[in-house]
Amino acid sequence: MREFLFYFFAALTVVPGLFVAISRNPVNAAMNMILSFIGLAALFVMLESYFLAILQVLVYAGAIVVLFLFIIMLIDAERAPKSGWLTSLAAVAALALMVTGLLTLLYSGESGTFAVAGETAPAALSQTFGVELFTRYLLPFQVTGFMLLMAMVGVIVISRKDAAEDKGGEA
Amino acid sequence: MEWNELLLIVFKALLVLSVVMSLAAYAVLAERKVAAWVQGRVGPNRTQIPLLGGIPIIGTFLTRLGVFQPAADGLKFLFKEEPTPGHVNKFYYLLAPMIAFIPAMTTMTVLPFGQYVNEAGEVQPLVLANLDIGILFILAVSSLGVYGIVLGGWASNSKFPFLGGIRASAQMISYELSLGLSLLPVFLWFGGSLNLFNIVQGQTDLLFGFLPQWTILFQPLSALIFLVALFAETNRLPFDMPESETDLVAGYNTEYGAFKFGLYFVGEYTHIIIGSGVFVALFLGGWNLPWVTLPAGLFGTVLSVLIFVIKMLALVFVFMWVRWTLPRFRYDQVMTLGWRWLLPLAVANLVFYAIIIAVIEQF
Repeated sequence: MREFLFYFFAALTVVPGLFVAISRNPVNAAMNMILSFIGLAALFVMLESYFLAILQVLVYAGAIVVLFLFIIMLIDAERAPKSGWLTSLAAVAALALMVTGLLTLLYSGESGTFAVAGETAPAALSQTFGVELFTRYLLPFQVTGFMLLMAMVGVIVISRKDAAEDKGGEA
Repeated sequence: MEWNELLLIVFKALLVLSVVMSLAAYAVLAERKVAAWVQGRVGPNRTQIPLLGGIPIIGTFLTRLGVFQPAADGLKFLFKEEPTPGHVNKFYYLLAPMIAFIPAMTTMTVLPFGQYVNEAGEVQPLVLANLDIGILFILAVSSLGVYGIVLGGWASNSKFPFLGGIRASAQMISYELSLGLSLLPVFLWFGGSLNLFNIVQGQTDLLFGFLPQWTILFQPLSALIFLVALFAETNRLPFDMPESETDLVAGYNTEYGAFKFGLYFVGEYTHIIIGSGVFVALFLGGWNLPWVTLPAGLFGTVLSVLIFVIKMLALVFVFMWVRWTLPRFRYDQVMTLGWRWLLPLAVANLVFYAIIIAVIEQF
């Protein structure tokens, strides 16, 4: 039963993930992304990391993809154009590299331990999660926050500049 | 798991489901009656079921009260013709009302609505699933409900629903932040527990022997922010941007009729009922009454459920009262309120209580 559920949810994560990449309709892609996130959350549940699972749904499926949809609808994104031969070539090359990487990792014996379904993951409790985040992983956490801030400021600067130029042109 | 155990769980779930569904149906009636009361009208007072309505005094009284109206409304939703407009995206058009309905129904599983004392003398919650992170589950699942509105607006492929869908997505993101942040001080207050039952039990005792320990008395600002954000999340007036009849016809559900519209409708009212239930559990002491200790046994259990439901319905009434009293915000006002007032206020509230609780813990 457990094994069946694992494969089911793993498929629910990976297959929609593929559709996110290849579907031409942006709304389809966003919907598949939600499915994929829900599958991932279910995998977290199987690892008994309920907190992480709920956060996955709450933050990614519940907020981030809503934002994606908002943007898709606001800028009225058209169907993605058919990709040229260069893009296809790049995609094939990337896929080959990924598969090679995965196989090397699997057979070199240096991949370390895999997560085992059924064992309680260390970040199951919200408290453990918070303490680890603010002690051991404080630097990556802060750096991520800083990068997001940079992206945000960048967007504001770029959009402001355009608005100012428009005004200058009219006046 | 034994078969009879499984059957019992299914039976409990069906019971809760049917109670919430009929509450939702009668909430629609209550809404119309409250609207009539606010506007000095009578409200629905004609619908009659042949035999029941014919009983001399009681039948007339019930008819005047509009008790049979939800049955008529429900049948209307079921038996109306269901046209599908030719210009819609069929798949998402059909999917959207279901996405609006299912999360609203799912959240009720973790909401405790009463208590009982088991053989060992421990107080246990009456709840379908007593999750340790119950409140996060409710937030996560109910946040998925917005896809029903956004997709419905998009799949309808016409202008007014589309605008409704865009507004819904923007509004949800803006107010979800404040909603989550306003809850954090409550969790801090109850020692980091995210279990709704523990939070209700934490509000049982009296402070200094006379002050009821309801969260709303200690954190009125959290309660206010949560309530405002709840209004926005349930798309109720003054925040019903996605529907906004005066400028968007009927917003996201313009192209929907019959049963599909019924799903949206019931979903919205279920959201209000469950939201009120969460507010009662978090801020109004759940099934606790100040200065009263619930008796043990079946009587105490029934009493706890009654107290909880009455508090919940009172809050549902507040929802309706506000809807028929306040005018609708303009879209930019909704955004200003969300980002420039509510969010900074929620952050300040969190920092303030974090300091206060740290100071209290020192002594």
